[in-house]
Amino acid sequence: MSTAAPTATDTKYEMVVGLEVHVQLRTRTKLFCNCSTQFGEPPNRNTCPVCLALPGSLPVLNEAAVDLATRAALALGADVAEESIFARKNYFYPDLPKGYQISQFDKPLATKGSLVIGEHADGSPHRIGITRVHMEEDAGKSVHDRFPGVTAIDLNRAGVPLIEIVSEPDIRSSAEAGSYLRLLKQLLEYLDVSDLNMEEGSLRVDANISIRERGAAKLGTKTEVKNMNSFSGVERALDAEFARQVAIVEAGAAIEQQTLLWDADRGTVRPARAKEGSHDYRYFPDPDLPPLRLTKKWIAQVREHLPELPDARRRRFAEEHKLGAYDIDVLTANPRLAEYFEAVSHALGDPKTAANWVMGEVLATLKNTGQTLDRFPVRPADLAALLGMVRGGTVSNSAAKRIFALMVETGDRPEQIAEREGLAQVGDEAQLAAWVDEVLDAQPAEWQRYLGGEKKLLGVFVGAVMKKSGGRADPRKVNQLLAARASG
Amino acid sequence: MAGDCASGKVPARASVLAALERADEVKADARGLNALLSRDRDGALGAADGIARLHLDGAIPTPLAGVPVVLKDNIATLTMPTSCGSRILEGYVSPYEATVVTRLRAAGAVVIGKTNMDEFAMGSSTENSAFGPTRNPLDPTRVPGGSSGGSAACVAAGIVPIALGSETGGSVRQPASFCGVVGVKPTYGRVSRYGLVAFASSLDQIGVFGRTVDDAALGLRTIAGRDRFDSTSSDVPVSDFCEGRERNLEGIVIGRPREYFPESLDTRIRERCDAAVDALRALGATVRDVSLPHTDLAIPTYYIIAPAEASSNLARFDGVRYGRRADAGGLREMYERTRSHGFGPEVTRRILLGTYVLSAGYYDAYYKKAQEVRALIANDFSRVFAGGVHLLFTPTAPTTAFPLGAKSDPYEMYLSDIFTVTANLAGIPAMSLPIGRVDGLPVGGQLMAPHFDEATMFRASYALERTLGEAAHR
Repeated sequence: MSTAAPTATDTKYEMVVGLEVHVQLRTRTKLFCNCSTQFGEPPNRNTCPVCLALPGSLPVLNEAAVDLATRAALALGADVAEESIFARKNYFYPDLPKGYQISQFDKPLATKGSLVIGEHADGSPHRIGITRVHMEEDAGKSVHDRFPGVTAIDLNRAGVPLIEIVSEPDIRSSAEAGSYLRLLKQLLEYLDVSDLNMEEGSLRVDANISIRERGAAKLGTKTEVKNMNSFSGVERALDAEFARQVAIVEAGAAIEQQTLLWDADRGTVRPARAKEGSHDYRYFPDPDLPPLRLTKKWIAQVREHLPELPDARRRRFAEEHKLGAYDIDVLTANPRLAEYFEAVSHALGDPKTAANWVMGEVLATLKNTGQTLDRFPVRPADLAALLGMVRGGTVSNSAAKRIFALMVETGDRPEQIAEREGLAQVGDEAQLAAWVDEVLDAQPAEWQRYLGGEKKLLGVFVGAVMKKSGGRADPRKVNQLLAARASG
Repeated sequence: MAGDCASGKVPARASVLAALERADEVKADARGLNALLSRDRDGALGAADGIARLHLDGAIPTPLAGVPVVLKDNIATLTMPTSCGSRILEGYVSPYEATVVTRLRAAGAVVIGKTNMDEFAMGSSTENSAFGPTRNPLDPTRVPGGSSGGSAACVAAGIVPIALGSETGGSVRQPASFCGVVGVKPTYGRVSRYGLVAFASSLDQIGVFGRTVDDAALGLRTIAGRDRFDSTSSDVPVSDFCEGRERNLEGIVIGRPREYFPESLDTRIRERCDAAVDALRALGATVRDVSLPHTDLAIPTYYIIAPAEASSNLARFDGVRYGRRADAGGLREMYERTRSHGFGPEVTRRILLGTYVLSAGYYDAYYKKAQEVRALIANDFSRVFAGGVHLLFTPTAPTTAFPLGAKSDPYEMYLSDIFTVTANLAGIPAMSLPIGRVDGLPVGGQLMAPHFDEATMFRASYALERTLGEAAHR
């Protein structure tokens, strides 16, 4: 299956997709015990009688997880239930210690939200419905390739808090799925509820997909596609599964309801293990946990304390900083970048210059070094100071770029670096005059041609002076001096 | 009796040694009553000596200082196995201790052993233990009742004054009745379940056996109260259940639910109940007939809810992390062999039943319906209590202790709990105390109270115990 060029079938059929996104909540401890959620600990270090499911142990709900889950639900515009119920999802698997997962079933934390992923042609918001947001615990990890012939179990992850965000089947293309996921991730980043790291498994996506002829109202038989480890993987997997389903229907056969695994290397989907798809999870309310009751007042408080969300921030950046649409998109892509920009801008008092530098030098450096803003050595105040030096004529623009590179390397303040490296701009008339003299003495013929009217040679002299000064000469003053010589 | 130890009249070491000697004397082990599955002689004597040292240092004696106790084998302890009477957990030693055990130890009680039980508390005779049946100390050809039969037998045999059991449908009260001792099932949520190996979580509650009402009250007072490790435990304050000991029940209204005195009730048991009711009247209580109309639905309701929860609670015994694991080629085979070899027939039956009633397509007809009926049963009690009745009095069980092997039909066995499951379904406190004998076998009378009103229940049972005196054991 490949992502072939559009064919007639692509216009005949449309895909109908709903996404289930699992997000690990950023809590210090697990959902039902006091074990650490720290990633990367030695296997089974973060365990206790509760998450090992030792006989007689009982779950106790972590309130911090409820707070984070509620934040996410409210930011998605969902109705948070005053009473939700934890239920047991029963199935046997070695990395599921209790033989059931504590999840939420018919009374989830929140229902009926939505996420805007763009605009329709008529300018109305393109909304993807959110069916529900519910809380659940993660399972452990089965390790099949570590010890020959046996499966090892690591229960560090067992009991780690998750939310599952289930969308309505409102998505009609892989590109829409990609937009939904990127905007959902951005929203969750603003909320600071999760690490959102797909490699570490703190963000996981499963897709339900079916096809139907365009214009048809009835939904086709769906398949569930799992095992995508990037957003582009989700897009590719959807295209591949769409093509597979189209081929089946075009051949006159029926789609079989099943779970499929995405194979990123081959670019194909394959059925998950043999016919265990028809699980009966025997959900029932967990008698060990009372219903989760949240007061209207508490929910209102959480809502009140939500941080500024991406849409609001975009609007504010347009009004307050007078930035263009592209700049706003780049700067608000993630909250830390937006906060960094605003700190530079406020200290400098010049949003446009701040934006140019943050989008230029800062982003390029982050990209080249693989650093994150959390650990970026150049503090916003220092970058603002550097840009202030440029504006005041203390350093040239090119010198500023060198200074910035050294700030990244050393974390020192720009004044210190300019001083230490002799990069402060030279505006001293006597020094500049001396350099001009030297340049003109070395190129008397060109100077005569310039005086004779070849005005474009001015750039050559300015360049030579800049070179002689090691880039430190103030080009504005050099221009003035040369003009004075020509007329004098 | 427990009070004699705690008050220092009997030194801790002596009381522990006496208990261990008594266990030998009555043959409490597998060769005899088979009531004790394990004993911790060294640990118990060490603990007793620790208590003695505290006393020498002038520490104020704790309420159960030096009192020897035994625990049902489904209560997690660090020192002895916690096998739940099952092959699947044979030899399993818990790395943590139940909250009730921590509280008993803090109060100075000395745990001397763990007691036999129906496997995973599923049974009414203690015959379903993987380690053989327990015998009734009053007549070793008969069962002690169950599932906490080992604990009841240890108290009845005079080994300990206080023992812990657990209740899901009558597993403390019914054996108390069969063995002629006091057995209390507190309000659901009164005692932490942390460390009690779960059978049916919404019904399970740790209960206390006592040689006397006061012993049981003392034991319950020690273990009751909110525990942050059990979200279903309640923070309703625990009163001193040993207070209010005047033998006077003026102003107390006791209801006699007619559904608990059916035509078919053994006349001799009915006579003992009538005598107890007369005694309650003589104490000043008003006794009135009441009705709990949904009582006949209790057994079917119970046998849907309890197995449903059990089927999920027992899923963790999968051979992966602890307990028994069968040799097998693949994962599925390992699960099947481990569980079919590890669980006995009654446990298997209930897991199958529970799995069935929770299955897609059956959930609404069984589990959901059962929960609705459960609410009706609970409402029967609320209505009667709201109507000015303080306590209810009934027989604890429809029969006295029956011979070993007498009930081979599971359903007939289930009917042993016909008068006790209602309190578990409603979550109310209830207790059984001896009210006389039939053919030398004890008959228990049951008192039931509104949620968290154990104090009134103890007050009435104490007065009744004192009034009946020796007649309760004749």
